[in-house]
Amino acid sequence: MVAMPEPKRDILARKDEIVARLRDIVPGEGVIVREEELRAYETDGLTAYRQSPMVVVLPSTVEQVSKVMAYCHEQGIRVVPRGAGTSLSGGALPLEDGILLGLGKFNRILEIDYENRCVVAQPGVTNLGITKAVEHEGFYYAPDPSSQIACSIGGNVAENSGGVHCLKYGLTTNNVLGVEMVLIDGTVVRLGGKHLDSDGYDMLGLINGSEGLLGVVTEVTVRILKSPETARAVLVGFPSNEQAGDTVAAIISSGIVPAGVEMMDKPAIHAAEDFVQAGYPLDVEALLICELDGPEAEVDELLARVSRLAEENGATYERVSKDEEERARFWAGRKAAFPAVGRVTPDYYCMDGTIPRHRLAHVLGRMREMSEHYGLRVANVFHAGDGNLHPLIMYDANEGDQLERAENFGADILKLCVEVGGVLTGEHGVGVEKRDLMGTMFNEVDLNTQQRVKCAFDPNGLLNPGKVFPTLHRCAELGRMHISRGKMPFPDLPRF
Amino acid sequence: MADTYRPDSAEQLRELVAWASAEEAPLEVLGRGSKRGLGRPMQAQAGVDMTGFTGIIEYEPDELILAAHTGTPLAEIQAELAAKAQDFAFEPPDLGPLLGGEAGQATIGGTVSCNLAGPRRVKSGAVRDHFLGFHAVSGRGEAFKSGGRVVKNVTGYDLCKLMCGAYGTLAVMTDVTLKVLPVAEETRTVLLVGLDEDAAVKALTAGLQSAYEVSAAAHMPADIARASGVSTVRKSGGAVTALRIEGPPVSVKHRAKKLAEEVLHGHGETHELQDRTSRDFWAEVRDVRPFVGLDGTAVWRISVPPAEGAGVAKRLGEAVSGARYYLDWGGGLIWLAVPQGEDAQHASVRAALGDSTGHATLIKADPEVRAAVPVFQPQADGVAVLTKNLKDAFDPRRVLNPGRMYAGV
Ligand SMILES: Cc1cc2nc3c(=O)[nH]c(=O)nc-3n(C[C@H](O)[C@H](O)[C@H](O)COP(=O)(O)OP(=O)(O)OC[C@H]3O[C@@H](n4cnc5c(N)ncnc54)[C@H](O)[C@@H]3O)c2cc1C
Repeated sequence: MVAMPEPKRDILARKDEIVARLRDIVPGEGVIVREEELRAYETDGLTAYRQSPMVVVLPSTVEQVSKVMAYCHEQGIRVVPRGAGTSLSGGALPLEDGILLGLGKFNRILEIDYENRCVVAQPGVTNLGITKAVEHEGFYYAPDPSSQIACSIGGNVAENSGGVHCLKYGLTTNNVLGVEMVLIDGTVVRLGGKHLDSDGYDMLGLINGSEGLLGVVTEVTVRILKSPETARAVLVGFPSNEQAGDTVAAIISSGIVPAGVEMMDKPAIHAAEDFVQAGYPLDVEALLICELDGPEAEVDELLARVSRLAEENGATYERVSKDEEERARFWAGRKAAFPAVGRVTPDYYCMDGTIPRHRLAHVLGRMREMSEHYGLRVANVFHAGDGNLHPLIMYDANEGDQLERAENFGADILKLCVEVGGVLTGEHGVGVEKRDLMGTMFNEVDLNTQQRVKCAFDPNGLLNPGKVFPTLHRCAELGRMHISRGKMPFPDLPRF
Repeated sequence: MADTYRPDSAEQLRELVAWASAEEAPLEVLGRGSKRGLGRPMQAQAGVDMTGFTGIIEYEPDELILAAHTGTPLAEIQAELAAKAQDFAFEPPDLGPLLGGEAGQATIGGTVSCNLAGPRRVKSGAVRDHFLGFHAVSGRGEAFKSGGRVVKNVTGYDLCKLMCGAYGTLAVMTDVTLKVLPVAEETRTVLLVGLDEDAAVKALTAGLQSAYEVSAAAHMPADIARASGVSTVRKSGGAVTALRIEGPPVSVKHRAKKLAEEVLHGHGETHELQDRTSRDFWAEVRDVRPFVGLDGTAVWRISVPPAEGAGVAKRLGEAVSGARYYLDWGGGLIWLAVPQGEDAQHASVRAALGDSTGHATLIKADPEVRAAVPVFQPQADGVAVLTKNLKDAFDPRRVLNPGRMYAGV
């Protein structure tokens, strides 16, 4: 278990006074202190970690957010932002001495601008809520995390979330045009807007994936797209993971950019099929779902090419969706894969590394060995098109040391991802979960450089501390430069 | 400027920057200098020539990624990619000739640092959307890295975004990794002739709102179209509004037809440019060729919400004397040429943005003009503070391209 920053005793001692002041700023039911009510906020999607916050604040205006932040800044109180609480990395895990700032009341769509092809939404609007607001005009918002009915657009920005359609249409960061954000000292800034390119440093890009450590997002402008004329998905089954992996590589390198390519291994296929009856074949080791979209003629041609490549790589099962209903069903199985695995095991731990696609077979092989070593089963769902793995480690927290074994197994998988040239997290974020593994990817200089960026936004480290960075340094210490004057180091460096 | 140093290892570069930092000796960071005239003029004490860092480090067509040292010529990389029918999807412009230099001089490092994207921006994004990882030396004289070599990565802050568009003011990158994509098998352009800006942006908007994946959308008023290097455009006899479709042949044919018959129906009679001419036309739009070689002319690049482009263009036409312009990105990018004068009419240009979000950047002007007027859009207070704080984080002693973007940064 990862250690959180030591609570500030002086802040805890002043709790009543702090709560009273917060009630001045956010009147009515927007300030929660009763223990039973706090419990609803004590964890996010990473349920192995739990902590009640000192107080929950649910502001409903930007002005309230700004005042709460300015007050916390002045008093040295820690703040943890929270959207819908579906983070799988503990990003929204509260602090004992902190305010949990919930954005749930920011749930309105502010503007739909079809001419500029964008939607302006408050951060608490759900990801799917944006598509729902524009689908009657044939538009949609492309990034579609499996949690899209629940997760908030503000949380998506904070995590730079992905989804099965991100291979072709990009991640959150590629689809956000602007944000309004409140800094820890209460300043409200606007980054981007409805235009395409940011001016000056691309802070909008920096905010995406910053895990609530740089500011509280209070408004988001996202790009919307017209739905493609047709979309068809094909299920392809293989006798081995290797063959499925090779097929993905063959599709991508042939120049086809599918709308999505997902892969599931046998345990995941069975769990999903039992749960939602998606029509998956049960006698294959690996299953690909490949979706192609565009004009009918293009989709037909590309489907034929995909089929050919799959056959060349030894596919033993193929089924093309006949209608929208069947296509939706193919996806329903994939999108429900996490809860499906949740039905066959008391607990599961969802990992999120990314690897270069061609290392897939090797990584899955090593994972099987680890599974035996730790004595825990693992099911794999995989954003195969972009190399993003989601191994689901199955365990029972009430059984001996299984939680600890699951965590160690998970850490080994992530280290393996880095070892083969990949990264610790593709879309779920570092949070508390992968915080202490950051050193496997970054050295101290790399991490200090990142922390100085944090200092540029939050010099006192009050926003979501304890997440992302394994060691917290004071900004003053990080900012200092050790100057040793001397001669020009390379007198014979070519100069002209 | 006294000397230009040409380090060829990351360690040499690190020591050079550490020395400059200790001495508070401002450095001008250079690739091959093709975009040297872009930004505010600087008082550098020495130059850092990055052409010692050349070569492709890793190109894996199957993984769709390419890593190269930053001094590698873009043209060399694109030739390598073309051999495998791949390219950068952001369609990098060559601004060398516009800025008074030769064509084909850009390096990959400079391209990334300036985040310049071409017409495909509307569909595929800018450099920043394809930039996956890098190694660099910060103004503190420390070598660091960020990102990685895979497409999907949220491990730590996305510092790639910060480097892209920082014009070398935060760190000197030594290598970069970018995403590459297959080149479209075919390209076609649907043209409408004789529309005014309002009607043109409406037509472009209709195209971009459709399901037909328009990959570029531009409008050249008659005075610009008349001088086009593409004869169909030159001889069209009026303003030209253009929408590009790319992809597999069957699909391109189908979409171009639908676009002409269903979407643009009612916006005027349509014509088509096929493969070669289509490519030539978009290269002209991309490289700002209409404004290459004009003496005494300053050039602005204005980014606004696409549908508001016509209104902004109209205001520019009224308020800025001698204004000539054309529109790209469905109206969201306005290239504007004005008689340079003493101040490139910066106040009127920026006033023409009105209530639109966006910004105007002075891309080309003589050094005296660039020293006298804000080259980059002045920032709101809160954002200006963050800009300064970020500069402090990376380059507290102001040694990397100081003042190139903003005074004191
Ligand atoms: C079943 C399931 C499936 C999932 N599938 C996917 C998937 O396919 N792809 C994917 O990428 N993720 C997936 N996730 C993870 C999760 O849904 C995403 O990370 C999501 O973006 C989190 O949004 P949220 O609103 O729940 O944020 P929260 O969990 O509330 O918060 C996440 C982080 O964002 C910060 N934050 C939230 N709102 C704001 C704000 N307004 N301003 C600043 N910071 C803020 C928090 O401090 C925290 O660090 C899945 C989760 C579950 C439970």
